[in-house]
Amino acid sequence: MAKSEMLQTAERGASISKKAPHEKYLEAFRIMLQTRIFEEKLASLYRGGLITGGVYLGKGQEAVSVACGIFLQKGDVFAPLIRDQAGRSAFGEPLIDVARTYLGSRSGPMRGRDGNIHRGCPKAGQLAMISHLGAMVSVVVGKLMAKRMKGEKGFIGLTTIGEGGMQTGATHEGMNIAAVEHVPLVMVATNNHYAYSTPNDRQFACADLVDRAKGYGYEGSSVDGTDLAQCLEVIGAAVKRARAGRPPQLVVTSTLRLAGHGEHDDASYVTEDIRREPFAKDALQRTEQFILEHELLDRAGLQQIRAEITAEVDEAVSTAQQEDAPVGSEEDWCAVSTRALADRPSLAE
Amino acid sequence: MSVTYLEAIREAQAKLLREDDRVFIYGQDIAGKFGGAFKATKGLAEQFPGRVLNTPISEDAMVGTAIGAAMEGMRPIVEMQFADFSSIALNQILNNAGTQFWRTQTPCPITVRLPSGGTKGSGPFHSQSMEGIYSHYPGLVVLTPATVEDAYTMLIDAVAIDDPVIYCEHKYLYYHLKADALPTEKLPIGKARVVRPGRDLSIVTNSAMVHEALAVAQQFSAEGIEIEVVDLRSVKPLDTDTVLASVARTGRLLCVGEAFPWGGVTAEVIARVASEGFHLLDAAPARINAKDTPIPYHPNLWSEHRPNAKTIAAKARQVLQE
Ligand SMILES: Cc1ncc(C[n+]2csc(CCOP(=O)(O)OP(=O)(O)O)c2C)c(N)n1
Ligand SMILES: [Mg+2]
Repeated sequence: MAKSEMLQTAERGASISKKAPHEKYLEAFRIMLQTRIFEEKLASLYRGGLITGGVYLGKGQEAVSVACGIFLQKGDVFAPLIRDQAGRSAFGEPLIDVARTYLGSRSGPMRGRDGNIHRGCPKAGQLAMISHLGAMVSVVVGKLMAKRMKGEKGFIGLTTIGEGGMQTGATHEGMNIAAVEHVPLVMVATNNHYAYSTPNDRQFACADLVDRAKGYGYEGSSVDGTDLAQCLEVIGAAVKRARAGRPPQLVVTSTLRLAGHGEHDDASYVTEDIRREPFAKDALQRTEQFILEHELLDRAGLQQIRAEITAEVDEAVSTAQQEDAPVGSEEDWCAVSTRALADRPSLAE
Repeated sequence: MSVTYLEAIREAQAKLLREDDRVFIYGQDIAGKFGGAFKATKGLAEQFPGRVLNTPISEDAMVGTAIGAAMEGMRPIVEMQFADFSSIALNQILNNAGTQFWRTQTPCPITVRLPSGGTKGSGPFHSQSMEGIYSHYPGLVVLTPATVEDAYTMLIDAVAIDDPVIYCEHKYLYYHLKADALPTEKLPIGKARVVRPGRDLSIVTNSAMVHEALAVAQQFSAEGIEIEVVDLRSVKPLDTDTVLASVARTGRLLCVGEAFPWGGVTAEVIARVASEGFHLLDAAPARINAKDTPIPYHPNLWSEHRPNAKTIAAKARQVLQE
């Protein structure tokens, strides 16, 4: 069922006696739930040995991520990272593209040339991340500068980063050049308290990453990443400010990574103490609770949405599973677009 | 009227800015009246407002920004202040620009200008020749113009190419090379040029070493030995066919490069000739490169560090006697 139909159903079917705290609250919730269900599916496929390469999940970060994608429009630029399934979906990435990439279908956007989390569709404004953390920040800056040079109006760029990725030279250079160029950039930095296995005290020594906003000439804000209403509010406001021509925006969110770094990792290094922190709450659970408490939907309504999404996910996965894999002998093995300039040992080859 | 190698680079950029709205130049100290550490953009910022832009000292972000702009349809030229500092941007060039088209089918037409190579007193960090490193990675086109004419036409071609281009301009040639006028004809990118025909030995080289090789060839000619000099022009793609054709004429090969000796362009040329033209060779192919130390500062050391007419001549004699 299409998203809009679902929402209509939700509005019709459920006892809606109270107002959502944000107009996009239910839409965002649905994407969060879709992300969770899809990622649980990915994890089980991974455990079954059906996925080549790593699986990195956004568990615990869905509220932040969905808020990153949901305010973006056509013409905007989005540079997501490894925990941004929700944001990607919110920005319009079809589920089938995700399934195809993870399952190695030749019909996926990367056609087997790159995998999983590295997928993207630059034409649609969604960049395909390279692994090197921080490298995409300046690429977004360049996209935005070019749009300005071409006379486009009203666009913004949004990129995400972790508290670990914040410490690379590339991130620093990219953040600085964005301010120097006065481009409408929103940078959403999620402090999920671990970078792979490393806790914050070995990543940075400042009191709060948001303090860096001032140093870069950004406007800074902070948000509890487990609270969807707040994420929509704060990230939505940052997007609005960027669109209005304010300086680049730094939003620092606080969460706990509720999965391993990747599905290969049992995260045994995550301490019991930190699991009891307020930022360790599950954003999705909180959102469902809120929905029930405020009677935006009833249990039956939630159950119905869950069933719809599960069917969508299963369909995307089974479609991708039936598609052909790429074949080495049919690959053209040419890394340059100017085919006449491909290097080859000799014309005889 | 005459035009230097450096002026040719400036004129090429002026033409590009004039004729193509998508072109802008991005680099350190290149704007305003200053016009760059070597003046390769002098006057251009005034002539083309908003299109010759100073950047912070952020080589990674300079290239990252250019990549983003290129993917959005622009044709950015990045000026590195010195080739050596492009090491800071290696990640963006190799991993982001070099993989972009392959991964996403989105062309990434950036041109990165690298003021390359040694000059007296420049030392370890302002003298490097980095074409070998860039050629090693997929997805890049790597050019090393050795003449005023090539400096001009190859830069114009570089910007037109839909792929990332590393354009290595030699700092020694900036002022030392002069031509009567800007060229009206050109050889396409990817073609090597036989700059001096010969029958006894092929010297295959590039960039400033072309001129050292020509001096050696001149010297040998007086003894009745004719050396053929091949200027690769484009290091990647490498014109293996022109090299093999030359070796077929002479039967002997000496490769000369200013870069460090491990791997690199000379090794690649020899590998290709050995594996595909072994039957053409009358003697073992040889090569001469800079020494395997950082590039020295003092002129007495520097002139011994790089290949020079004396050491090239000695090596040539060895190959000829074999
Ligand atoms: C420059 C660089 N170094 C190392 C890595 C390997 N790596 C991938 S993710 C990661 C941890 C990132 O932590 P953080 O930025 O906090 O993001 P999170 O995984 O917590 O979302 C590391 C070390 C990388 N991708 N890039
Ligand atoms: Mg982290």
